[in-house]
Amino acid sequence: MFSAILVVMVLAQTPMGKPVSAEELRALDITVFPDGKGLPAGKGTAAQGATIYKAKCAECHNEKGEGRDQQYPRLVGGVGSLTTAKPMKTVGSYWPYATTVWDTIYRAMPYETPRTLKPDEVYAVTALLLHWNGVIGENDELNEKTLPKVKMPNRDGFVPDARPHQKLKKSK
Amino acid sequence: MLALGASFMAVSCSKNEPTAAKPQSGLTMRAYGERSPFEKTQRGARESTKSIGVGSSRTPLQDLYGTITPSSLHFERHHAGVPVIEPAAHRLVIHGLVEQAVSFTMEDLRRFPSVTRPHFIECSGNGGGELAGNAGADASRSHGLLSNSEWTGVKLSTVLEAAKVKADAKWVIAEGADACRMARSIPMAKAMEDSLLVYAQNGEALRPEQGYPLRLLLPGWEGNASIKWLHRLHVAAEAAMTNQETAHYTDLHPDGKATIFSFEMEASSVITRPSGGQKLAGAGFHEVSGLAWSGRGKVAKVEVSFDGGANWKEAVLDGPVLPKAAVRFRIPWQWDGQPTLIASRCIDETGYVQPTRDEILAARGPNSQYHYNGVKRWSVKADGSVTSV
Ligand code: HEC
Repeated sequence: MFSAILVVMVLAQTPMGKPVSAEELRALDITVFPDGKGLPAGKGTAAQGATIYKAKCAECHNEKGEGRDQQYPRLVGGVGSLTTAKPMKTVGSYWPYATTVWDTIYRAMPYETPRTLKPDEVYAVTALLLHWNGVIGENDELNEKTLPKVKMPNRDGFVPDARPHQKLKKSK
Repeated sequence: MLALGASFMAVSCSKNEPTAAKPQSGLTMRAYGERSPFEKTQRGARESTKSIGVGSSRTPLQDLYGTITPSSLHFERHHAGVPVIEPAAHRLVIHGLVEQAVSFTMEDLRRFPSVTRPHFIECSGNGGGELAGNAGADASRSHGLLSNSEWTGVKLSTVLEAAKVKADAKWVIAEGADACRMARSIPMAKAMEDSLLVYAQNGEALRPEQGYPLRLLLPGWEGNASIKWLHRLHVAAEAAMTNQETAHYTDLHPDGKATIFSFEMEASSVITRPSGGQKLAGAGFHEVSGLAWSGRGKVAKVEVSFDGGANWKEAVLDGPVLPKAAVRFRIPWQWDGQPTLIASRCIDETGYVQPTRDEILAARGPNSQYHYNGVKRWSVKADGSVTSV
């Protein structure tokens, strides 16, 4: 106990780490929250996204987002399948937030050259995937204001962890 | 007996040079050691044929002893390969709801008070095949997304306190420096409870495939959330709802609803000897042994059945039994040479009893995919061969 207090006191007096400037942080901080916090300014429509998708995504995810082999995930379809014996989890049938689509594409795609798309391109390809899944129209513009307002079909499909499924003699 | 003693004497007295000191052909001293060339066990890998870097490899549990997984055999699960990170250039940035955004070098982090603790890491997809009805043929294929190591690092709470987290902070979003910037949102309570910023594994620096030079370790929680190659902690009031915590690592139930943020790995166990693919030399004495673990704390008891799960006998646990760490259990067995179904079940300190597959199916159906921890049975045939059931 004494040593723990001592450590806290000594740590408080020892400068640990270096302040990070707002500018350094801008380059590094790519977090996007469901309410849209963290989204950069930009805009795009599905019609614009089609060209980008063809050039940068179709090679792996196929012409219409139907996926390829087992390795390249399907990005469309599956609505209504979650209660069947063969659920198909896609952007359209499963993902609760539209911001996650934007974030996934910017953060990790195209697989071999992630974070090379401009914000407008990401809005456009996101719009295309949402359009293919019947969530928005072909000419609906997505931007940092409208994207977080898009309600995904499975938005209410998630519940908190109710495990354990058995009574415990003592709870932690 | 007497003859044997005499011949020993003869060997050691008749020559000045003990036989053991004779130079061996082919092996010299090595700056960094390797196992004997006769030892061949390895990870079973499954990698995408097209996207290099997406895939997993499994620990060959059936070939291991004790509880520590050799670092070279720790399971792997990568979504965008293993980055090469120069430690001198690596920084951990903490920002968001903190007094001042701050970055730490590896030297800064090692300067904080450290702890060394054994913990298991288990992918929550471990056993997914068992649930789906494709039982793994051996312990690697049934349970090999589990490994157990001695980790050294700084308590995350120590570093967060130094960064002066604000009162409204509820989540820490952890991000890796791999190509896909893998990210997960961690509840603040877990961050402050027992989470570690780990820089060493089994006494040496982390292996690249385990997150070199720095990883998060959330004891007892699904492996995916213990972000490797950790470079950023975003302290926030809400979760980010990243791809990995929504599209994946959520457990779908038959009613179409899915559990989100199901972090804990519940009590589980597997017999590793005898296990699938092995062959008993014949009837008579055998020691049955395996591994047990629980993400909720210490293993309290392991029981073994020799009749497929109708009757259970308590096994001995090799100490020390530590929270959220794997423990080895052992029980002697006199095999009568008849076909036998062996099984193990783990009971943890909360009183939780490892369930059967049927109980899990009843609770969350066949498509929940993650967090399977059903009792694993192996079938010992009359000829001594062991197969999965
Ligand atoms: C070189 C192949 C390749 C290209 C090109 C590519 N992707 Fe991907 N994509 C993948 C792989 C592989 C994954 C799965 C990664 C994993 O396992 O975590 C993936 C995952 C995704 C996901 C997440 C799917 C899910 O269910 O979690 C989305 C969304 C996505 N890609 C969109 C895109 C878009 C949009 C583009 C074009 C800008 C693109 N991808 C280009 C290979 C590719």
